[in-house]
Amino acid sequence: MIPPAFEYTRPTSVEDAVRTLAERGEDAKVLAGGQSLLPLLRMRLAFPELVVDVGRIPGLRGVREEGDALVIGALTSHHDVIADPLVRRHAGLLAAAAATVADPAIRHRGTLGGSLAHADPGGDLPAVALALDAELVAAGPGGRRSVPAREFFVDFLQTALRPDELLVEVRIPKTGDHDGWGFHYEKYSRVAQAWAMVGVAALVRREDGHIAEARIGLTNMGSTPLRAFAAEEALAGVGPDGVARAAQSAAEGTRPASDPAASAEYRAQLARVLTRRSVLAAAGMG
Amino acid sequence: MTRISVTVDGTKYEDEVEPRLLLVHYLRDRLGLTGTPVGCDTSNCGACTVDLDGVTAKSCSVLAVQADGSEVTTVQGLAVNGEWHPLQKAFHERHALQCGYCTPGMIMAARDLLRENPAPSADDVRHALEGNLCRCTGYQNIVRAVLDAAGSTEPSAQEVAP
Ligand SMILES: Cc1cc2nc3c(=O)[nH]c(=O)nc-3n(C[C@H](O)[C@H](O)[C@H](O)COP(=O)(O)OP(=O)(O)OC[C@H]3O[C@@H](n4cnc5c(N)ncnc54)[C@H](O)[C@@H]3O)c2cc1C
Ligand code: FES
Ligand code: FES
Repeated sequence: MIPPAFEYTRPTSVEDAVRTLAERGEDAKVLAGGQSLLPLLRMRLAFPELVVDVGRIPGLRGVREEGDALVIGALTSHHDVIADPLVRRHAGLLAAAAATVADPAIRHRGTLGGSLAHADPGGDLPAVALALDAELVAAGPGGRRSVPAREFFVDFLQTALRPDELLVEVRIPKTGDHDGWGFHYEKYSRVAQAWAMVGVAALVRREDGHIAEARIGLTNMGSTPLRAFAAEEALAGVGPDGVARAAQSAAEGTRPASDPAASAEYRAQLARVLTRRSVLAAAGMG
Repeated sequence: MTRISVTVDGTKYEDEVEPRLLLVHYLRDRLGLTGTPVGCDTSNCGACTVDLDGVTAKSCSVLAVQADGSEVTTVQGLAVNGEWHPLQKAFHERHALQCGYCTPGMIMAARDLLRENPAPSADDVRHALEGNLCRCTGYQNIVRAVLDAAGSTEPSAQEVAP
């Protein structure tokens, strides 16, 4: 279908964009890669009066190191995230999960910031941001603030971003192989190119053949991405034999939806099975 | 209306467009380049795939105003002096199309793959074409055609098995 009519503006700086957002409030919608927003417009599920295309604001693309963190510009495409050597080295989980997002053409245009700001609990990267303990940096009229991923995802398609704020970068504490970290993203879907029915992001630090610390992010197990805290606790200190048992608590505290693709019970079962697989793979115990 | 300037298949165009105009509709309805079809409303099918500044994009999921200042290549821009692109030839020779609706997108996506990976395996080809749906062929001959165009040696039956 043809999208509803809207005005269009293409600010050239973050300050410009934020000023426009502050002036127009709820009437305005940010456009980054457009790979979620354009389908919504085409299906007439969104009716912005003004589309603020931030796609060409300089300085919001690319990856840099800042001490113990990687800083990724919000406009960095999935494709560029996957290919980036710093991401591969220090945040391999993100590269692995981004490679499962949609298809190559969508990965060329879709952005990391857009995926997080869209906050679809079925999206792969929100759960990964949770597992990585990422910090999301928002720019608003009063300057910048940093929001931990745990506080960012508020509800279905809702984040802690205010209408006059732009997500500008994502800061990720490094979790490299050299520090004993292993990772895996286990995504379950029924056809080749599809959203996750359930996905499990596992980040595991090994010590002497045991799991010293595990962080598990769950995709599509509720109205927001979730951490499987009970499973994380159960995994601390276990060896290869203990993983299956610990993974049994992966669905605790989750509230998955029932829909034509899967019932809530089936999703809970998937979360347990995929957590076992994902953790074993992340820990190199598989 | 917003003024845009876009180069499509080597020709530069200047136009006033409504911001809501999709790139695919600009190509088809304004420029008459109907080689790029629209197959869905959900950005799933890939029929509309074009090359935008050197990488593939689904032209139904890009606004014409977002392509301002960009260079677009459609399937109609691939032949050189009437000589088909190797992928076009291979699709013809391998019988990689039936109704042909998916073909422009398949060829543009395959071209993108071969630029990044000139010697793909059958598996690489299948992954690269994940975002392109074909409702006729069952994909086997499409995979064969892409491998042919890559100059790969004859794939074994096993290699192209699903
Ligand atoms: C067919 C198809 C399959 C897909 N499959 C998957 C999949 O398997 N897994 C997956 O994770 N995703 C999938 N996606 C979604 C894809 O990852 C999108 O790229 C992503 O969700 C949105 O990024 P974007 O840059 O395109 O954002 P846009 O579409 O431009 O924006 C999305 C939303 O975020 C807001 N926004 C964007 N950037 C910012 C910013 N910097 N600051 C504030 N607000 C912002 C916009 O206002 C809008 O509300 C799929 C999409 C399609 C069309
Ligand atoms: S028409 Fe563009 S993806 Fe289907
Ligand atoms: S040949 Fe008919 S859809 Fe592919």
